[in-house]
Amino acid sequence: MNVSPLGIAAATLPSPIPAQRCPVSSGQLLTACRLAWEQGGQLVALWASDDRDRDRGFCLRVLLRDSDGLTLLEHTLPDEGARYPDLSLIFPVANRMQRAAFDLVGVQCDAEDQRPWTWQAAWPIDCFPLRRDFEPSPKWEAGEEDYAFVKVAGDGVHEIPVGPVHAGIIEPGHFRFQVVGEKVLRLEQRLGYVHKGIEKRFETLNIEDGYRLAGRVSGDSTVAYAWAYAQALEAITSLDVPSRASWLRALCLERERIANHLGDLGYLGNDGGFAFGLAQFSRLKEQVLRLNRDVFGHRLLMDMVIPGGVAHDIEAAAVAAMRRQCFELRHEVRILREIYDEHAGLQDRFRSCGQVSPELATKLALTGLAGRASGIAHDLRCDFFCPPYDTLGVRKAAQSDGDVAARVAVRFEEVLESLRLVETLVEAMPESEIIVPLPEVPTYAVGLGYVEGWRGPVLIALESGPGASIRRCHPHDPSWLNWPVLEHAVIGNIVPDFPLINKSFNLSYSGHDL
Amino acid sequence: MWYVLKQIAKTGIKTERLPEPAAEMVVAARLHEDILRTLGRALTIRQVDAGSCNGCELEIHALGNPYYNIEGAGIKFVASPRHADMLLVTGPVSKHMAIALRRTYDATPDPKLVVAVGDCGCTGGIFGESYATLGGVGSVIPVDVAVPGCPPSPTALLQGILAAISTAAPRSEPSLSSSAQPLPETPIERTHRIPLETPRDGAI
Repeated sequence: MNVSPLGIAAATLPSPIPAQRCPVSSGQLLTACRLAWEQGGQLVALWASDDRDRDRGFCLRVLLRDSDGLTLLEHTLPDEGARYPDLSLIFPVANRMQRAAFDLVGVQCDAEDQRPWTWQAAWPIDCFPLRRDFEPSPKWEAGEEDYAFVKVAGDGVHEIPVGPVHAGIIEPGHFRFQVVGEKVLRLEQRLGYVHKGIEKRFETLNIEDGYRLAGRVSGDSTVAYAWAYAQALEAITSLDVPSRASWLRALCLERERIANHLGDLGYLGNDGGFAFGLAQFSRLKEQVLRLNRDVFGHRLLMDMVIPGGVAHDIEAAAVAAMRRQCFELRHEVRILREIYDEHAGLQDRFRSCGQVSPELATKLALTGLAGRASGIAHDLRCDFFCPPYDTLGVRKAAQSDGDVAARVAVRFEEVLESLRLVETLVEAMPESEIIVPLPEVPTYAVGLGYVEGWRGPVLIALESGPGASIRRCHPHDPSWLNWPVLEHAVIGNIVPDFPLINKSFNLSYSGHDL
Repeated sequence: MWYVLKQIAKTGIKTERLPEPAAEMVVAARLHEDILRTLGRALTIRQVDAGSCNGCELEIHALGNPYYNIEGAGIKFVASPRHADMLLVTGPVSKHMAIALRRTYDATPDPKLVVAVGDCGCTGGIFGESYATLGGVGSVIPVDVAVPGCPPSPTALLQGILAAISTAAPRSEPSLSSSAQPLPETPIERTHRIPLETPRDGAI
């Protein structure tokens, strides 16, 4: 985004993709966001930091994305009484991020919706965990808040509260449905149950060790998070990773994508009443995880990506095993796709269920695989060429119906494409070292990492402190953008279709609640 | 329909294709015997994510795939704690989940078993104890067996579930694997109060 017409100065921001960093006033923040919106840009993340120890008050950071890359707007709030303008009027998805920024840092927004988001009465409401002078007290006990859900009134309207402990083996969250008969009039989510204080925990770690915690922000996307963390640290230290290391990272990332998509395809079949699909796809997923264990020593590939490179190399036998697996999986997935496509009962459940039109998807900044099912053709692997994706020619999945069927189709396309990528990666992998030592980390440097995980783009914003410490680390899951869209996708559907619609998005709770 | 039947026939019984059948099948066989001896019927499990990163959940899901086939061993995951014999709890227990976990435990009929899953469920793991977390599952409800691992493999999970059933059995043999250890002998006080610890700094 060209910010110079707005009178805003821009500096280069260390990042794997083109990025700039701009200090902005309150007015410039608004005009820059409006300009971005008009030019087709989107909000990626919004978070705040306490910089009072450096006499800089609080810093509100707003990250925007457009076809040129990333723009980080930094707005200084001199003290806790200062307010910043409500950006949810431009980007509706900013609403929850603004509320979370208040709960954690205490920066105030000029918005109408002042309900807490991350806060759930586990600490006093006037204490802010991410402030540097925050002192937790052993007297604080887990409490219960009285959250102001929006209610729908009228004849025959009733409410169904669900969660936080759900009926299946899934993460906790609360869903409040307002229904007439079986039809959903409104869904409101209440998240934050798995808030573990991850951002605060980062600040106690050495910056070289943070990748392990990053890899546990959301266990299903451990490769994406660890890679994004490594990218941010490598950007800060201007470190070029050996080519073989980046190829091995991509290999892990694509295998993570395959495993998750296969799992989801099974559960989507199951939620559509087709248990055969679950048995078949969970079998295929298990094969992927077992080969991960045999080749890399970990089924989910945790701690494989480390700053400076990767932890494990692969040998000829592993290459052969992965090629063989790709060949077999492709064959099986094609058969199963045909069975899914031809199954009238399943298609009846999938089609037109949980629909998100491309217009709504654009307005609400739908991202990742769900975005690609609603005509938002963004994929970091194709849009910005980071090694090794610059040489792989990734084919972007593209659907536009925006229903469960489209999200299933995107998964099928992406599994098949990732299988091709894995084959290419293992066949043409360059020879080099797999890890290099990290140079000295400069103090007070900010860097970004941005990786297309299986769910969508995963962001890590990292700021170094003195002595290779972490001053601030903000992981941002694509689920922040997609959770609000799920509320819209459900409207007008019947309650029994909710599990199917929810699964078709398969959003992260842990990655969102932090 | 023809293609579905053909695929089922072609797939066959997957347990025959296990890469390391010995270890994993021994677990399943012992498991079955123990269930029959102690319960004489199916064991039902209610899983509770009390703050996990979702890694443990992925491996708990894997128990249902055709390789581990947990339902074939007589063990079933159920949708309500009221139907459960056992709670399988992942952690660290976030403060935001502490009350829900406590209520789930209270809603589970006696006699009941609790298996804490994963490094975080055992001790708080990488997240430790903080303003937002209470550490391991044992800090909120009594735990019978703790299964370490990040995440534990499906085999370790089966071994942990087995260990819990063995603990509950009146004539149990001490048959714990190295990867699944029950908590120390000290009886855990069954208290409704949620203890709060001072935050500690832990190295990874």
